[in-house]
Amino acid sequence: MKQTRDDKRTTVEIRHLYKIFGDDPKGALAHVEAGMSKTEILKEHNHVVGLNDINVEVKDGDITVMMGLSGSGKSTLIRHLNRLIEPTAGEVVVDGDDIMAYGDEALRRLRREKMSMVFQNFALFPHRTVLENAALALAVRGVKRADYEDEARRWLDRVGLGGNADQYPSALSGGMQQRVGLARALTSNAPIMLMDEAFSALDPLIRTDMQDLLLELQAELSKTVVFISHDLDEALKLADHLVILKDGYVVQQDEPQAILMNPGDDYIIDFISDINRARVLRVRSVMRATAQPQPNVAGQVHPEDTLEKVIAISGGETGLRYAVTDDEGRQVGILEMQDLVRALVPTGASESGMRTRASA
Amino acid sequence: MATYDFVFDALGLRGWCGEASTDTDAPMSMDELLAQSGGGGGGAAPAVSLWELPFPSMDALNDACAAFPQSRELTQGLERGFLNAKDAMSFVLDPLTQPLSWALESALYGILTTPWWIVIPILMAITWFVSRSWGLLAFVTLSIAGLAFIDHYDYAMQTLAIIFVCAFICVLIGVPIGIAMSRSDSFQNGAIPVLDMLQTLPPFVYLIPLIFLFSVTEPKLYGIAIILYAIVPVIRLTNLGIRMVDPHVMEAAEAFGMTRRQKLYGVQIPLALPNIMAGVNQTIMMSLAMVVIASLVSAPGLGVLVLRGIRNLELGVGLVAGLGIVILAVILDRVTKASLARINAQQKS
Repeated sequence: MKQTRDDKRTTVEIRHLYKIFGDDPKGALAHVEAGMSKTEILKEHNHVVGLNDINVEVKDGDITVMMGLSGSGKSTLIRHLNRLIEPTAGEVVVDGDDIMAYGDEALRRLRREKMSMVFQNFALFPHRTVLENAALALAVRGVKRADYEDEARRWLDRVGLGGNADQYPSALSGGMQQRVGLARALTSNAPIMLMDEAFSALDPLIRTDMQDLLLELQAELSKTVVFISHDLDEALKLADHLVILKDGYVVQQDEPQAILMNPGDDYIIDFISDINRARVLRVRSVMRATAQPQPNVAGQVHPEDTLEKVIAISGGETGLRYAVTDDEGRQVGILEMQDLVRALVPTGASESGMRTRASA
Repeated sequence: MATYDFVFDALGLRGWCGEASTDTDAPMSMDELLAQSGGGGGGAAPAVSLWELPFPSMDALNDACAAFPQSRELTQGLERGFLNAKDAMSFVLDPLTQPLSWALESALYGILTTPWWIVIPILMAITWFVSRSWGLLAFVTLSIAGLAFIDHYDYAMQTLAIIFVCAFICVLIGVPIGIAMSRSDSFQNGAIPVLDMLQTLPPFVYLIPLIFLFSVTEPKLYGIAIILYAIVPVIRLTNLGIRMVDPHVMEAAEAFGMTRRQKLYGVQIPLALPNIMAGVNQTIMMSLAMVVIASLVSAPGLGVLVLRGIRNLELGVGLVAGLGIVILAVILDRVTKASLARINAQQKS
């Protein structure tokens, strides 16, 4: 039986986190808490609201994707998790400890041992070889080269850069550089991995490769990953838990399938109206859950299959009915092709949504 | 009667000014001297038209009121102040700067007592070590041999020794100052005007207070003058180099839990090294410029010959010495630039 979200341990919890940029953030905080909007604060008090009452639980072993358009505060948010940016108010709890109470030493230990980070622009050290870059976390802890070399080479091999260990980063292409970035995060052996738009700067094909690599590694290592993205397709592909940010607040957070089937408001509806639903939606989201065998079943499908795959199996026939069976061959539900087709129609892009407004 | 009498009358300060200013023993201003020689003695001050109205300067006001200080009081006051503070300053600075004297003396002694057939190969080895270029090595060897051939070897080596010592001390002091500047904006804002002043103050002006502070026979006198003048670029470029390190790289260093020390030695200095080396290059060139001027205060070397050329109008001596300085400048510039290029290539490769 698959673990549900509630069974999992919470690794990182963000509670009532606020970040306001300006001369007097504490003063502006009172206005934000009183419910003033981002635009009003900017206009009347000349402060920028970066994050507004963020509450997110990051579960152990999950990929939590925080997504939003530029300016939504997602990069600011991820930098609060290892305190590269100090919040104006709120708590970040990692394994039960409020890291806001940490001193320098404890904070360094957190960054060295519990969290590693992958950056959008790679941020490799140009004066160190690929191997030395990959081993950064170990070198920072004081491990000697002879001792870290094997470990670093192992991870470089794992990300497919075994032969480039002695080159300098500038000799590598963008995709390869980000593999080094990934190897650097993996070599640190930290249980939590923060990925700030890690694949956004890469070409589409390479991006897909890297996403597959991440999923593959994740199946093997079950790290707790916090992934920032502005790309909905990427977010839906990777996320176990999806947090959608807009203007510094959380619009909706849930399992991605649930967001697709039950978008919370017009913003989300507009947001998801462009994606290829057949490729993203899975059988478990559209099936009728029942263990009762049904007559006239055309075949068996897996709950994690995408609708696209089922359409291919059915050959486009809409009158069929499939039994949904899990890994052990037990029936968990029935999929009517009619339901499937209905699910393909996006929840109507709302009349008052941003797109209609923009084109009006 | 003087032009600005009315000011003091109007302010009621006539009493403070004292009686008529004719019998003061204050030194006469230039105008008064001229008036005396041309005007033929006393008589009332001629009426001044608006066209000739003098600026209400200290001297003009002194004419009207004897108690008002003349402008030469300002320069004299500065001088007195400096002379009063001089003993205390020498008491502190003398022992502090003594190592500089020792370093310069031993460098000069060392380079002149060591035979040429050891010194020249050492210089060649240094050239090879920093540049790894056969062409440059040949150029340096030929240049030094050429200087030696025209019997300028001793002078050139003295100049070189002084530059080595001073540039080394500049780096030793300048790099930490540059690092401190890069870390604190307020320190940077305070330091930049001082650096600007050091760079723009005419080099001769450094020498004046130094002559009061130290004996002219001591090498540290010119050592300090050279260091003050030449230290600026290495400080500026260290500061700039560290500030220009990619903020994303620094963020990564931070995110992986590097300490300040690890960041400084592991990231900032290595990445700022091309800039720091450019600063060292500039510092060496500026020490060379100053070492010539410093020969006015007994710095040995090629500068002495230049000075002799000027003083005695010995055109040939001055020209040849000047050419020798140019050759030294080219050697130093090429060698430091070659090492800079090697560092750059290493980081890019």
